Amino acid sequence: MARISKDEVMHLASLSNISLTDEEVASMQADLENILNYVSQLESIDTDGVEPTYQVNGLQNIDRADEIIDYGVTREQLLEVVPEKLDDQIKVPEVI
Amino acid sequence: MTNIQQIVDAVMNGSSTAKQQVQDAIKKAEDKKDYNAVLSLTSERALKRADEIDQKIKNGEKVGKLAGVPFIAKDNFLTFGAPTTAASKILGNFKTPIQATAIEKLELEGAICIGKANLDAFAHGGSTENSAYGPTKNAVDQTRVAGGSSGGSAVAVALGIVPFTLGSDTGGSIRQPASFNGVVGVKPTYGTVSRFGVVAMASSTDVIGPITKNIADAELVMDVLAGKDEYDATTLPNFFKPRIGEVKKQKIGIVKELMGEGVEPEVLKVTNDYIDKLRSAGHMLEEVSLPLAPMCLAMYYIIVPAEVSSNLARYDGVRYGVRSDASDLAELYGRSRDEGFEAENKRRILIGSYVLSSGYYDAYYNKAAKARTLLVQQFDALFKKYDVLIGPVTPTVAFKLGENTDEPLKMYMTDVMTTPANLAGVPAISVPAGNTSDGLPVGVQLIGPMKSDADLLALAKSMEGYHE
Repeated sequence: MARISKDEVMHLASLSNISLTDEEVASMQADLENILNYVSQLESIDTDGVEPTYQVNGLQNIDRADEIIDYGVTREQLLEVVPEKLDDQIKVPEVI
Repeated sequence: MTNIQQIVDAVMNGSSTAKQQVQDAIKKAEDKKDYNAVLSLTSERALKRADEIDQKIKNGEKVGKLAGVPFIAKDNFLTFGAPTTAASKILGNFKTPIQATAIEKLELEGAICIGKANLDAFAHGGSTENSAYGPTKNAVDQTRVAGGSSGGSAVAVALGIVPFTLGSDTGGSIRQPASFNGVVGVKPTYGTVSRFGVVAMASSTDVIGPITKNIADAELVMDVLAGKDEYDATTLPNFFKPRIGEVKKQKIGIVKELMGEGVEPEVLKVTNDYIDKLRSAGHMLEEVSLPLAPMCLAMYYIIVPAEVSSNLARYDGVRYGVRSDASDLAELYGRSRDEGFEAENKRRILIGSYVLSSGYYDAYYNKAAKARTLLVQQFDALFKKYDVLIGPVTPTVAFKLGENTDEPLKMYMTDVMTTPANLAGVPAISVPAGNTSDGLPVGVQLIGPMKSDADLLALAKSMEGYHE
């Protein structure tokens, strides 16, 4: 049985950059335990000496010429979707 | 008029116009608003495009093989004319500067996008109840779920708003809602259709495909969508070609793991009736075993959250999307993501972070990736002997709204029969096969080897309207 403590949920939330509320932490704790217990059934499969699969259609090393592809998107268009900006820069709270 | 070819013919020969088709579709979408299948309409742009196409036809210019055909895209496809929200709050205001390759290809052939369909936020879910904009109601019974995550896409076709819609299928998100609403859903071979410009969920299983009323329409749309795209490195060179002529007799394996415990008797009955029809049409069917099928959901809910946690890292409130108030950068990330994501999005991100953490990586993520190899091998072995595999799409018919919302794991179970094809990358389609005694639609699932998409559709087409 996987046991997930409150602290672990908060640690995962901090790894994931999500500020969960206390209520959310409690409900996530129960959900994560249930889900992790369910997926733990994979332990019963013998995978000794088996290579993992990450890609399924056999393609690998898709290269292209090292040239800039023009998507037809302008700097102005990209700045238009920015939530907060100052002149033509993306604005964020003070970091240092 | 429900058949795509008939619409194109009518638009081309002047008995209808692209404008008429678009106006009709928009009106139907407005009339059926209470289903909440469509999140936004792109009316202004769609009508302008329709006028352009009509003008070109008048001038005798080339307009493409889907001229004047209106369609709706799941709202995780980047499209002009309306926001692309992925049914989330964090992308609630996002207006894309580029369009998805799939949309561009359809437009090049004269099809016209008229709106965006509802989905579970970021395509996480099996009922469309995880949408930040409210659930979509089932086309047949408004007290039931649309299925998901492409619920809006399936309902829009079932209601006859448009002849086809686009969906995405990471673990069953095209096939399951298609089954719940009595329409055709196609999950192509992994890499058949470019995903460029589609909001990424789990990159190793995500595919996109059409939802239609009939197989011929699905073939037409797939023919336009398929092919290599330099913007999506996982795309395969185009192999899709609709089959013509008679379908040869097939060897079909009935997957016993999909036909047993947990499947509603009426779903089994409709599936068995379809199997009988295939037999009487001369195909050879026998029971086969895919031993790892019952383990696929467990593999899926490790591999997919892992990829989700990575793909959704980009939504941080900095460069696009909705930003929450914050006094420092960490708070800006944390609050934007907490307020912008739905509970299910957060659940999957946290699970993903867990299974990828050092200490758990081998026990969970790598274990699932190895089990996936064994699953692919089991499929390969079956496809050495059989042309097609068959089973239900889902263990149940569309369930009641709210029935599974408090139990994430129960909701996950609706994917139990559709995840195997995604993990292995093979094509699978959901074909309307009949109804329960209550009149609820049931679909059967045909699964084929890699790149057999056109053969699966040809087989399903040969069975449409087949009577013993």
